[in-house]
Amino acid sequence: MNSNTDLKAQLIADFKDAEGKMNGEAKSPIHLVRQQALQTFDQLGFPTIKHEEWKYSNVKNLVSQSFAFNAPSDFSAADVEQMAIPNLDGNILYFINGVYNESLSTIVSPTDEVVILPLAEAIKSHADVIEKYFNQYADSADNAFTAVNTAFAKNGVFIYVPEKKVVEQPIILRFIADARETNVAAQPRNLIIAGKRAEVKVAEAFRSFGENVSFTNAVTEVYVAEEANVHYYKVQNETDQSYNIGTTAVYQEGRSVFTANTVTANGGFVRNNLNIKIDGEYAEANMFGLYIPNGKQHVDNHTAVDHAKPNSNSNELYKGILKDKSTGVFNGKIYVRQDAQKTNAFQSCKNVLISNDATMNTKPQLEIWADDVKCSHGTTTGQLNDDALFYMQARGISKDSARALLMLAFAQEVIDKMEIPAIKEYLEGLIVEKIYQA
Amino acid sequence: MLKINNLQAKIGEKEILKGINLEVKAGEVHAIMGPNGSGKSTLASVLAGREDYEVTGGSVDFFGKDLLDLAPEERAAEGIFLAFQYPVEIPGVSTTNFLKTAVNEIRKYRGEEPLDAVQFLKMFKQKMSYVNIDQSLLNRALNEGFSGGEKKRNEIFQMAVLEPKLAILDETDSGLDIDALRIVAEGVNKLKSPDNATIVVTHYQRLLDYIVPDYVHVLYKGRIVKSGTKELALELEERGYDWIKAEVDAAEVSA
Ligand SMILES: Nc1ncnc2c1ncn2[C@@H]1O[C@H](COP(=O)(O)OP(=O)(O)OP(=O)(O)O)[C@@H](O)[C@H]1O
Ligand SMILES: [Mg+2]
Repeated sequence: MNSNTDLKAQLIADFKDAEGKMNGEAKSPIHLVRQQALQTFDQLGFPTIKHEEWKYSNVKNLVSQSFAFNAPSDFSAADVEQMAIPNLDGNILYFINGVYNESLSTIVSPTDEVVILPLAEAIKSHADVIEKYFNQYADSADNAFTAVNTAFAKNGVFIYVPEKKVVEQPIILRFIADARETNVAAQPRNLIIAGKRAEVKVAEAFRSFGENVSFTNAVTEVYVAEEANVHYYKVQNETDQSYNIGTTAVYQEGRSVFTANTVTANGGFVRNNLNIKIDGEYAEANMFGLYIPNGKQHVDNHTAVDHAKPNSNSNELYKGILKDKSTGVFNGKIYVRQDAQKTNAFQSCKNVLISNDATMNTKPQLEIWADDVKCSHGTTTGQLNDDALFYMQARGISKDSARALLMLAFAQEVIDKMEIPAIKEYLEGLIVEKIYQA
Repeated sequence: MLKINNLQAKIGEKEILKGINLEVKAGEVHAIMGPNGSGKSTLASVLAGREDYEVTGGSVDFFGKDLLDLAPEERAAEGIFLAFQYPVEIPGVSTTNFLKTAVNEIRKYRGEEPLDAVQFLKMFKQKMSYVNIDQSLLNRALNEGFSGGEKKRNEIFQMAVLEPKLAILDETDSGLDIDALRIVAEGVNKLKSPDNATIVVTHYQRLLDYIVPDYVHVLYKGRIVKSGTKELALELEERGYDWIKAEVDAAEVSA
C-alpha cells in the first residue's frame, strides 16, 4: 500500500477495462487522444517532490490509496437543497462523484444563447467542435494529472457560446464528492468556448462530504475568441480529507478579456494550476486568488501567463491567510515572448501568517524576451500589523475580533472582485466563518 | 481616579520611564509637556496597555483596579481612551464599522445591550457635530489616506463616541490648522464633565489656551521633574526647557 504505483496501476487497469467494454467509440478520434494521454500518464507516473513543479506539494499519500471512481451516491434532491448556494439564480449543474445528475440540475438559459451539455453527449452531438477545441490547451506533456484526466475524459461539461451572445445567467457547476461510504474520486473534464464578442460567467464550485478521502482531478479548457469576455470562478469548500488537484487552461484571442477568481475556503490538499496563453493583441487576463488554510491544510496555486503577442495586459493578485500548521505555495510564471512588445504584466502575492507554525512558499518566475515591456511582481509574507491591532484594542475591540477584522479587510480586496452577487455572499460567509474559527 | 506610583518601563534594554508619579482626579485637566524623546508617548502607551513596553516597577490604580493587570481592550472598556500621536491607517476597515464594533464590544463588557443600526446612526450624527467631521470621511477606510488634521479630528470623534472617563490626548494639536485646533479643542471641552478627566500631552501653549489645564507637568528623562499650574506652561513657552534640563542635570551630577 505504500508504493507510488497503487493509484497509477488502478487507473491503468480501469482504462483497459473500460476500453474493452466500448464498441464503436474505441476507434473515434477522441479515444485516440485518450489512448495517447494514457501512454503519457504511464510514462510520467505521478510526480514526486523531486519534480520541480511539485517540490512543496507531496502527493505521496494520495497516490498510495485506492478510490472508487464515479461511485454511486444516494444524495437526494432534499440533500442537494441543503447544499445549495443561497439566492443563486442561473444554470446550476450537479455532478455527484463526477457524474452529471440531470434530475438535480437546472438549465435556464435558452439554447440559442448557450449550449450547455454533459461532455459525453457533446462528444456525440458536437463532434466537429470537440475535435477542434478539445485537448488543445491543456498540456499533458509534463503533467500526469492532466494526462490521466484526458485519458478518462468523459464526465464534465461542454459550454459553447456562439458569436455575439451574452449569456445573462451564470453557469454554476457543482462538483460534489460523496465520501460518506468510501474513498471516492472524480475527474471532471470541462470545455468552455466563448465565440467572438460572446460573454459568459462560469463557476466551478467544489464540495465534499463524509469522513473518507475524496480526490477530484478536474481539467477545464477555455477558449476565448476575439473580443469575448469570460468570467471564471473556482470555489473550493471541501473537507480536510479532500484532495483537489486541477488545471484550468485558457487560450485568449485579441481584445478578449478573461478573469479568473480562485478561492479556496477549505480543503485538505489543494493544487490549482491556472495557465493562460494570450495569443492576440489588446487582450486582458486577470487572475485573482484567495486561500485561507488552517489545521494541516495545504493550498498550492501555480499560475502561468504566456504573452505571445504585443499590447496585452495581465494582472494578478493572490492573497493568503495561513493559520495553524497550514502550508501554502504560490508559483507565478510570466512569459513575455519576443513578439509581445508593449506588454504590461503585473503580479502580486500577499500573505499573512497567523501562526508561527504556518509556512508559505512563494516563487515569482519572470521570463522576458521582449525589450519594451512593463512588468512588476512582488510577494510579501508577514504577520498582522501589530500597530493596527493595538490601535483597535485601545478602542475596546478584543484581540480576537481585531485580528478577524484585519483578516477580513485583507481578504476583502479579492472578494470584491467577484461579480456574481450570490457567489460573493456565499464566499464572504465561508470566509468570515473560517476567519473567526479558533 | 488615576494613581500612578513610581512607574517604570523599558523597551528592549532601554529604560524609558524611570519612576513616574501622578494623581489625576475626576474633573481635572493635566497637561504633560517635555522635550522630544522624554517619554510622554511611552507613558501614554503604557497606560493604554501596549505590550511592547515592559513595566519593570510601580503601579497604576484606576478606580481601584490594577490597570496594569488589564488587557488594552479591557482598559478601554473601563474608560481609558488614548488619542494617538500617530493614528494608524487600517486599510479595508471603515471608520464607522470599526467604531460600531468597538462600541458594542465595550457594551458587552459592561453587560449592556448592543446598539442597533438606527441607534448608531443617531449617535454618530450627534457626535459628528462636536468636531465638525464629515460623513464621507467616516465611510472611508480607517485613517487611510486621511490628512494629518483629519486623523486628529477623527481621534476626537472617536473619543466623543466612546465617552471615556480618562482621555489621554497625545499631541492632538500637532498637524491641525488654526481653525481645526479651535474646533477640536472645543470638542474636547464639550466632552468635559465633573466625572471625567483629561491628560493633554502637548508642546504648545496655544492648545492650552483652549483646553485650560489645572496642572502642568514637565517630563524629562523618564521622570516628572516639575509640576505646577497653568502658569508653568506660559513660562516654558517663554523660556524653553534649558533651565529645567540644567536643574535636573545639575542635581544628577551632585547625586
Ligand atoms: N519601540 C521603541 N524602540 C526603541 N526605542 C523607543 C521605542 N519607543 C520609544 N523609544 C524611545 O523612547 C524614548 C521616549 O520616546 P517617546 O515617544 O515616549 O517620547 P515623547 O516624549 O513622546 O517624544 P515626542 O515629543 O517627540 O513625541 C525615545 O528616546 C524613543 O526613541
Ligand atoms: Mg510623543
